[in-house]
Order: sequence, then structure tokens, then C-alpha cells
Amino acid sequence: MDHYIMNLTLKVWRQKNNQSKGNFETYEVQGISSEMSFLEMMDVLNDRLIREGKDPIAFDHDCREGICGMCSMYINGRPHGPWHANTVCQLHMRAYHEGDVIVVEPWRAKAFPVVKDLIVDRSAFDRIIQAGGYISVNTGNAVDANSIPIEKDHADASFAAAACIGCGACVAACKNSSAMLFVSAKVSHLALLPQGAPERKSRVLNMIAQMDKEGFGSCTNTQACESVCPKEISMANIARLNSEFIGAGLSADK
Amino acid sequence: MSITGLSLIAFLVVHVGVNACIWARDGGDMFNKASHFLGTTVVIRILEVGLFAGIILHVVQGLVLEVQNRSRRNVAYAVKLGNRGSKWYSRSMGLLGTLLLLFLIMHLSHFWVPSRFTELQTVNIDGKDIPNQYADIVNIFHNPIVDVLYILGCLSLLYHLLHGFQSAFRTLGLGNSRYMSLIKIIGFWFSIIVSLAFIMMPISVYFGWVSE
Ligand code: HEM
Ligand code: SF4
Ligand code: FES
Repeated sequence: MDHYIMNLTLKVWRQKNNQSKGNFETYEVQGISSEMSFLEMMDVLNDRLIREGKDPIAFDHDCREGICGMCSMYINGRPHGPWHANTVCQLHMRAYHEGDVIVVEPWRAKAFPVVKDLIVDRSAFDRIIQAGGYISVNTGNAVDANSIPIEKDHADASFAAAACIGCGACVAACKNSSAMLFVSAKVSHLALLPQGAPERKSRVLNMIAQMDKEGFGSCTNTQACESVCPKEISMANIARLNSEFIGAGLSADK
Repeated sequence: MSITGLSLIAFLVVHVGVNACIWARDGGDMFNKASHFLGTTVVIRILEVGLFAGIILHVVQGLVLEVQNRSRRNVAYAVKLGNRGSKWYSRSMGLLGTLLLLFLIMHLSHFWVPSRFTELQTVNIDGKDIPNQYADIVNIFHNPIVDVLYILGCLSLLYHLLHGFQSAFRTLGLGNSRYMSLIKIIGFWFSIIVSLAFIMMPISVYFGWVSE
């Protein structure tokens, strides 16, 4: 693909802190290379803002290779921007052309309060994982890695669910701000493996209880989450979560 | 939601089946017999109580769910994901349900209230006088405004079911890819056939395909 240089108009959500109201600011950015990543384009803009003595735009990022789940921008109405199965850090400026207007917003959900500008507090996800996203293992010598037989299909489905990076795009995309895709990935990942069996019932009950406590909405199966998930987590996991939940609810001791 | 929704779907199967009797081309005899049978059978009367309980539960739960879910985002997005992520009717179940509720109120006051609480004209079939529900339908559907409202009500039903049918199975935990593709196909055709059958009733009367 040919390399090209473009000038863009950015409308970025600026918000001082959780208490302040926030508003869009418009920035003209010049000389952007089609080979930059979206975050590098943001770095160029921030570099200029700092030189001008202004407050740079706060945004989350860490690995910049699509595996940590930190980057979180809602770009022109879609979490992580226009590309399918992609994170913002892996979005490249060749997705845009001269004169494009790009609107950048933070994830919006009550359970994800804005910390500053485009950064939201996603610790609700951490608390959901703490509520049940663990297994019991014996101490002592490490067991042989292949000593427990696991059906191939289950291993594959578990692995696919484990690919969830906890980015929160599913919540951002959902009209109900529901976290079901995330929770379903975390529950499926362990429920499908023999290692997850000891806490199978308490895990799903506790994680769902924590999810509700954090103030996420209820799933109505619109499928918006699946369409934006950078790791292509399937809605089939939500059905599995529902059946795990119903089964555990009917048969758990408490 | 899923259990009450599926119960309502089960009711629709019976309802659409009985209604199809108006097309028997026998001056309404078959339809009148069927509706008289349903109206005088104890089991059906008991199921009717359950049906009303189901509708009320479904409506109350649905509206509470809609209000709660709307409250989970306090600042709206400037640019919406919209149809890029989901179907418009999947996002509009609360609205479609409310239209259905308005339709149901009209529908019950047209047919259910008169047949339950007032004396309809009677007709003699096989030597017995039974209420002429058929004549009542033909009479009511002669009004084009009523016909348009009925068609709109049934279109709301169509879209409510297009999402609701498969959503109910997902909610109950049946979502692996093998069954889901089957459920999607059944749900699609079920929604279309049931809604079309209901829509054809006022149309048939209006154009005189069904008459006394
Ligand atoms: C003939 C009548 C009706 C039928 C057959 C029906 C069927 C269904 C089904 C199958 C579902 C999916 C349940 C799930 O996913 O768990 C549903 C959901 C829903 N219904 Fe109904 N329904 C009817 C009438 C109504 C009425 C009158 C209202 C409200 C005033 C309503 C409001 C809702 C709402 C808000 C939802 C949940 C939203 C969602 O899952 O996206 N429905 N309905
Ligand atoms: S399910 Fe997908 S969108 Fe949701 S947190 Fe995990 S990776 Fe992100
Ligand atoms: S910065 Fe790690 S996934 Fe984007």
C-alpha cells in the first residue's frame, strides 16, 4: 500500500476529572503518516499540546500490541475504531484519508467512571475476576503437564474464551452497558476445564453477583458486544454463562 | 422474561390456528364452533388466567428491565454504534413491546370483553344456538382505521418475535452453534408466518374475501 500524508480534524472528549462535566475539543492535526498507528497520531498531537503549554490528552495504553486490553477509545461511534477484531493500538492511520473528521470518546458506562479525558476506571472488571476467576491447586511438586486428559473441543473453546483481554469494549458497545460477554468469557474459560471444576458453581454465582453489584446492565442479546470484540469472543459463551448460572442456581447448596 | 415470552409464543400458536378457521369458506361455522368450544371449556378458562398472569408479568418485567438498562449509561455517546453492531429491532424491544401492549388493549376491548361480558348475536349451527363471533369479526374489520391499527400491531409483533424468539433460547442457556442456527431459522419463519396470518385477517375482511 502506498504511503501518504494527511491532515485531519479530531474532536476529542476532554474531562478534567470524574466530578467535572466534560466537553468536546476540536484539534486540527497536520502531516499524519498513513503508516502511523492511531496512538502514535495521538502522541504527535500530545507532543504539540505539551510544546504549546497545554494539557495533553489523557488516554490508556500499555502493550501497544493488542494483548493487554488497556487502550480504550470509542472512535466515530465504534469501540476500538473501524476495523474488525482489532484494538485501538493496532488501528493504523491508513484507515483514514485527507480531511477526515474523527470523533473520539471514552467508554461510557456508569460502571466505568471517567478518570480523565479518555481514561475510564475499569477496576469493576478486576473485582468481578476476584469474585470467582480462580482455581484451587495443590501445592507440592508440579504435576506433569499432560496428566489430566481434556477433550480437544473443550480445550479449544476454553482457549478461545481465555483470549479475552478485559478491554471493556463489549460494555462500551452495549446499549444496556452489560458486561455479560466479558463475564461469560471469564466463566467459560474455567468452566470448560477439569481444573475449573471445584469452584464451578460458586464461581458463576459470585461473579454474576459482583457484576450486578458493579452496576452493569442486563443482557438482552442484541449482539453488539460480539461485533466489536477485538478477540472475537462468541455470544455462545453468554448462553453457556446462562446455563451455568441456571444450573448452579438450582443446585448449589446455598 | 424468556419463560413468559415463550409461554406467550405457545399461546400464539393456538390463537393463529383457531383464527385460520375463518378461511374455511363455510360462512364461519368452523370458526364459531372452535371459538365456542374454547370459550366453554374449563381447561381453557384456567389457562386463560395463566395467560393473563403471564402477560402482566412479562410486561412489568420488560418495562422494569428497559428502565434499568437505560439508567446504566449517564452520558450518551455523540456518535452511536447503531446498526453496525445490532439490528434496530433488537435494540427496540421495549418500544415494540409497548406498541404491542397498546394493541392488546384495543384487541381485548374489541373481541374479548364483548364475548365474555355481553351477549353476542347467536347463530344456529347443528341445531344449537352459539355466539356468532365470526360476524363480530367481519363487522369490526369493516372499519379501515381499525384494519390499519391491526396491521401496525402485527408488524410490532413480527419484529418483537424476530428478536425475542431466539433471544429467549439464549437466555435459557441454549446457545451452542449447532442448535442456535436451527433456532434462528425456526424463529425467523415462525415470526413471519404468524404475523402474516394475523395481518391477513383484517385484509381478507376488508377486501371481501371473508364475508358473512
Ligand atoms: C404476543 C405478545 C408477546 C410475545 C409473544 C412476546 C415474546 C417475547 C420474547 C420471546 C422475548 C424474549 C425473552 C428473552 O430474551 O429472555 C420478549 C422480550 C421482551 N418483551 Fe415481549 N412478548 C410479547 C408482548 C410484550 C409486551 C406487551 C411487552 C411490553 C409492554 C413486551 C416487552 C418485552 C421486553 C421489554 C422484552 C425484553 C427485551 C429484550 O430481551 O430485548 N413484550 N418478548
Ligand atoms: S469480551 Fe472482548 S470486548 Fe469484552 S472485555 Fe473481553 S476482549 Fe474486550
Ligand atoms: S495497548 Fe495493549 S491492547 Fe492496546
